[in-house]
Order: sequence, then C-alpha cells, then structure tokens
Amino acid sequence: MAVRFYQVGSFAVGNRLASPADRTIQSEGGRSNSLTSGHRACQGCGEALGARYALDAAMRATGGQMVAVNATGCLEVFSTPYPETSWQIPLLHSLFGNAPAVATGVAAALRVKGRSETRVIGQAGDGGTVDIGFGCLSGMFERNDDVLFICYDNEAYMNTGVQRSGATPPAARTATTQAVGPHPGNSFGQGKNMPVLAMAHGIPYVATATVADLHDLEAKVTRAMSIRGSRYIHILVPCPLGWASASSDTVRIARLATQTGFFPVFEAEHGEVTGVTTIRRPAPVTEYLRLQGRFSHLFDRAGNPAQPEVLDALQAMADENIRRYGLLEATDEVPS
Amino acid sequence: MLRQIEGSRAVAETVALCRPEVVCAYPISPQTHIIEAIGELVKTGELAPCEFINVESEFAAMSVAIGASATGARAFTATASQGLLFMMEALYNAGGLGLPIVMTLTNRAVGAPINIWNDHSDAMAARDAGWIQLFAETNQEAADLHILAFRLAEEISVPVMVCMDGFILTHATEAVDMPDQGQVDAFLPPYEPRQQLSPDDPYSIGAMVGPEAFSEVRYLAHAHQQEALARIPELSAEFAEAFGRDSGGLVHPYRSADAEVVIVAMGSVLGTIKDLIDTQRDTGMRIGALGVTSFRPFPIDAVRAALREAHQVVAVEKAFSVGFGGVLSTDVAMALSGLPVPVATVVAGLGGRVITKTSLQGVFEAAARGDIPRLSFLDLNEKLVERELARIAQGRRSGPSAENILRDLGTVASGIG
Repeated sequence: MAVRFYQVGSFAVGNRLASPADRTIQSEGGRSNSLTSGHRACQGCGEALGARYALDAAMRATGGQMVAVNATGCLEVFSTPYPETSWQIPLLHSLFGNAPAVATGVAAALRVKGRSETRVIGQAGDGGTVDIGFGCLSGMFERNDDVLFICYDNEAYMNTGVQRSGATPPAARTATTQAVGPHPGNSFGQGKNMPVLAMAHGIPYVATATVADLHDLEAKVTRAMSIRGSRYIHILVPCPLGWASASSDTVRIARLATQTGFFPVFEAEHGEVTGVTTIRRPAPVTEYLRLQGRFSHLFDRAGNPAQPEVLDALQAMADENIRRYGLLEATDEVPS
Repeated sequence: MLRQIEGSRAVAETVALCRPEVVCAYPISPQTHIIEAIGELVKTGELAPCEFINVESEFAAMSVAIGASATGARAFTATASQGLLFMMEALYNAGGLGLPIVMTLTNRAVGAPINIWNDHSDAMAARDAGWIQLFAETNQEAADLHILAFRLAEEISVPVMVCMDGFILTHATEAVDMPDQGQVDAFLPPYEPRQQLSPDDPYSIGAMVGPEAFSEVRYLAHAHQQEALARIPELSAEFAEAFGRDSGGLVHPYRSADAEVVIVAMGSVLGTIKDLIDTQRDTGMRIGALGVTSFRPFPIDAVRAALREAHQVVAVEKAFSVGFGGVLSTDVAMALSGLPVPVATVVAGLGGRVITKTSLQGVFEAAARGDIPRLSFLDLNEKLVERELARIAQGRRSGPSAENILRDLGTVASGIG
C-alpha cells in the first residue's frame, strides 16, 4: 500500500493512517467543539484553527471541567456577536488588556469555592498579550496563578485593521508600518520575545506551537493542563487578511515559519528549555516571506530579492534562532 | 459593641464580617490600612475561606474582582484617586456586566498636581460608570454602608462603591458600634449569582452588542439603579431594625423643615456643617442641611421634596467640573427644575484644604443675605492666583504654574529657578 501524505510537503501522516492513540483530538466524534462552526472568522483564519485545537485539547485533558477568559480581539468579535455565540464552553469576555487578571479572579473564585478541579484558560491575540495585556500577564505569571494563558500570535492588530504590535516582525508591512520610505515596513531592533519573557518569570511551563503541527499543539496543551500554576503557550497563527496571504496557505506558511527557524518551536519548564522541534532541512526565509504580501516590498515583480540587505537581516534572525535553540537535526533524512 | 477604632480598621473588620471570598489589593494612600487589615485577617485565618490577592495595579485589582464575581464569588477591593482612574475601564466593565462587586473608595484628590489628601474629585470622575455611589458621613456609617452595599449589590446586580473621606475618616479613631458575625450573617445571605461562569451551565458572558440592542442594555442598567432608589430606603429600614441604628438611606435632612437656607453636601463635612447650623440656629438664622448619601442613583424626588420650600440652596462640594462648576449642584438644580429655588455652588476642601466653621459661617451669612455668587471657591487665595495669572500674561515662558505658586508661598520643594 502506498503511503499517502495528506499534508503535502510535510512529514506528517494523516489521521486515518495513524494509530487511534496517535490521532488528533479533532478526529474524535466526541470532541468538544469548543469553538463550533458558524462563527465569522475569515477563510483560512489561523487563530480560529489554533483556538479550536487548543481548547478541545484542554477540554479533553480536563474532562470538560474548564472555563475560559477571552481578551477583546478578533477571536472575541468573530465568535460572540450578540445574541449569538460560537462557544460551547463557559466564556467570559471583559476587556482588551485584562484577560490575565480576570482569569486570576476566576481561578481564585474556583479555589475559594472548592471547585479547583475546574481549570481556567485565558486567551488573547498578540496585542492583548505582549502589549496592552502585558502588565496583567506579568502579574499573573509572577504570582504563579493557576491559569493556562494562550497567545494566538498573528503578529499585528488584525481586528482593528492590521496595525503594528510588539510582536510584528521587522520589515513587515502593517497599516502603521507602511511599505514606504527608505526603510519600508516595521523597524529592526524592536519587538518583544514573549515566550522568553514568560520563561524569565520562572513559571512551570512555557511552550510555542503553530497551526502547522496540530498534534504538537494538542500535546502541549495536554501537558500544560497536567500542571498547576501559571503556564503559557504561544501559538503562531497566520492571518490571511493581515499577512496578505492566500487563505489556502495558512498551514503552509506556519510550517515554513518553523522550518526556516523564523519561529522556533520549543518547550520550557521553570525557565529552562526542555525540548525543541527540530528542522530537517532549513528552508531559506525567502520561501516563507514570498508567500506573504506584507513582505512583498522585499521582492520585485518577478519574485527576485529587491532588498537583499533586509532579506539577509531576516535570514540572520532565523539562523540565530536555529543556533540558539539547537533546531538543526543531526541527520538529514529525506522522505521517500 | 462600641469600640474606639480607626475608620479603616472598622471598615476592614466589617467587610470581613461580610465574608468576601476574593479580595484583591493594590496599595494607594489613603486606602492602605483597609487592605492591610483585611490581608491580616485572611493570613491569620480569621477571614476564611477568602483569597487575598496582591495584584500589580488597580486595573488588575478591578479585573480580578470581575473574574471572581463572574465566577460566583463575593468580591471586594478598595482604592482611591489615581487608582480609581487607573481602573476606570474595568470599572465601567463591571458596571456594564452588572457584577455585584463592592469597593471602598477612600476619597482623595486627583492630580496633577499630585496630592494625596481628601476631596471628591475621584468619585465624581466615576459618576457615570454604572456603579452605585454611597457617601459615608461618619466612620460608623462607613462601616455600616458596606453591609448594606453587599446586600444591595447582590439583590439588584449592580456594583456598589462606598465613598469615605480619605484621612478625615479613614485615619480618624473614634467610637464605632461594631456589629457581630451573627448580626451580619442574619442580614446578608450568601451570594447567589444570577448567572456564573461554570462548566455545569456554559454561558458566554460579555458579548459584543451592536446598535440594535445597546440602548436597551444600557437602559436596563439605569432601570436597576432606579430600582435601587426604592430598595435603599427599605434596606436601610431593615438595617435599623436589625442593628439598632440608622445608616444609609438616600438623603439625610438636618433641621431643614423650616429652613430658608439649606446647605447640601456629602461626606464628613456634614459634621462641621451641622455643628455650625446648631450655633447659627441659636442666633435665629433659619438654616438647615441636606446630606446626600446616595449620589448614584441620585434621589431626584427626595432631594426635590426636601428642598422645595427653601429660599436659597447652597451645595458645598469637594469637587467641580473644570470649565463649568459644581457637579452635585447640577444634579440638585435638576431636581429643583421648575421651582423658584436658586442653587449656588461653593467649591471647598479641594486637595485636603480644611473647611473651617469660620469660612462656612461666611457662606451661611451670604446665603441668608441672598448675595451668594452662583459659583465660588471657599478660602481661595486670590492674590496668589492673580500673581500667577499676571505672570502667565507676561509671556509664554512663564514656567509651571504649580511650582510658581509654591515658590510664591515659600513652600518647600519650590527652590528651583
């Protein structure tokens, strides 16, 4: 029987060929559908995909004993236009910048009520995590409150029309880092490395993931829910609207983000990296960037590099990630 | 039991008797003694079960209270001044969500210039946040209002802010009749939320609401506060029966039945005003007072009924709307609309300036004579203001006003330049 790769270009095998124990939670008939169909996310939305996998995994890990707190943002707006809701889990939306603190309050209430078996998830986009919510998140981490906080990172303020955030990569075009002038796009030398900042708080568990490797995402959420205290998962979720990419390329772009080293995928416990997702054959960053209109000013119409020094600098960032996290596999196998 | 006790301590111990389940604390003067005392009661186990959380900001304090309250826990916090403004977004959110959080506001001025002393600028800034605002006249009332506040908040699903004058009340030691646990338990049943965050019955709370329903949701918030107008006197009567003393209510008239001049005020300054009324009454001046306990909801009918026979109403206010004038007096004037009763505003006690009987006597006499200005600032150092205005008029580079004024006064920390 010929092995068929369902996810073209990857080394992953589709659910139907995996043993039942290895299949994704999404393949189960009894999955929670935490974020159910009918919501108003864009076609190809990485955030909706990531949230669905993450929350269903958390629901399975907790036996359905879970509540969630959501920051203002795309995820909240596309899921809860009154009087509709796509959430099949209890969900509280308060404000843009306070989701971690609200989650702390929820966890405190559950503890005082003797209902600590009910677990708490806080979630926000990158703006709600690294910028406006950062103070509350740092406080939550510092107190080691019993909350898993998930950042769905699409690298800009998409809900308000694609403005730069502290998670926007250098050179990316946004509505406030326009692709004009001598240095088009976002500046170099800025931005927050949120997973590292989370690790610096010494919390029990920090992980990064992408919507390209959903098994890995589910495993990390499951692992996070087995731990008490503050936990943080940072999920890269491509945004077709903000990244000016094809809706059908969301997973492909997320995979290239990891395979270039541009977005390192790793786990850390108590501030120490404990595991990385290695890269078999590092792809050049141009492969990742070329698929995204937000970087189109770095290429000419034929797709050739128009700003080689910028591309070199971006490649250097990816190379540095590969070095820093030891992302390169020792062997260089090529799948047949 | 009567005890000689600091106002903050009396409030803290009374709040503890109300069995809050989540208390979040971020320090700001003059609120600190309250949260310190509650924290200690939690740490010793006297207040249990209770989660006491040291948060990183007032914004987080109110946010933690929101999460706790939405999950069915009785939540409490306390703040003042800049802290209240820093949590303003969350304040509106708690109001909009109808979460029955109770918060002590130890009233303090709002900068700049930074000033830690008492006035009511902070409470007035939060006037429209959808919270009930009750003002305590004494430490006894400050303590008692918290018991009423939890009961009221949870009955009608609206958060309640108990306002007490910073330092004047919070740091004053006087006799307070402290309730016991049995009395409070009998008056205040456990919190039973209307809806809460729970896997047993999953709700989405905090949905986005567009133009099609926003007015209706906001109107309901108003309707809840109107309900409170009826409920506050009922609960206060019940409180009086249970605890044997009057606290709360909407307004407190004092010798105003036959008064030609009625002074309207909120908070601790009413004590000074009442003392002076007693002495002025002895000289034949027909003067009285109306203390407003419930500022939000504003008891427009009760105020109208209490003031309709007056010849002159004077609102003595510890805050004002810059560029306009009185805040309380605007509401009072609205209550009196259509009646020939003039309302004057006296802005007094800003940033902790002492409101003396001597100065108030001048106000009383001017009001009795019928020549009180529409808006005046009690004990304003006009020469000082004029000097600075003249300096500003000389040229653009006149320097910072606050520092110039301090230098004119010869106050410390004004030596630069």
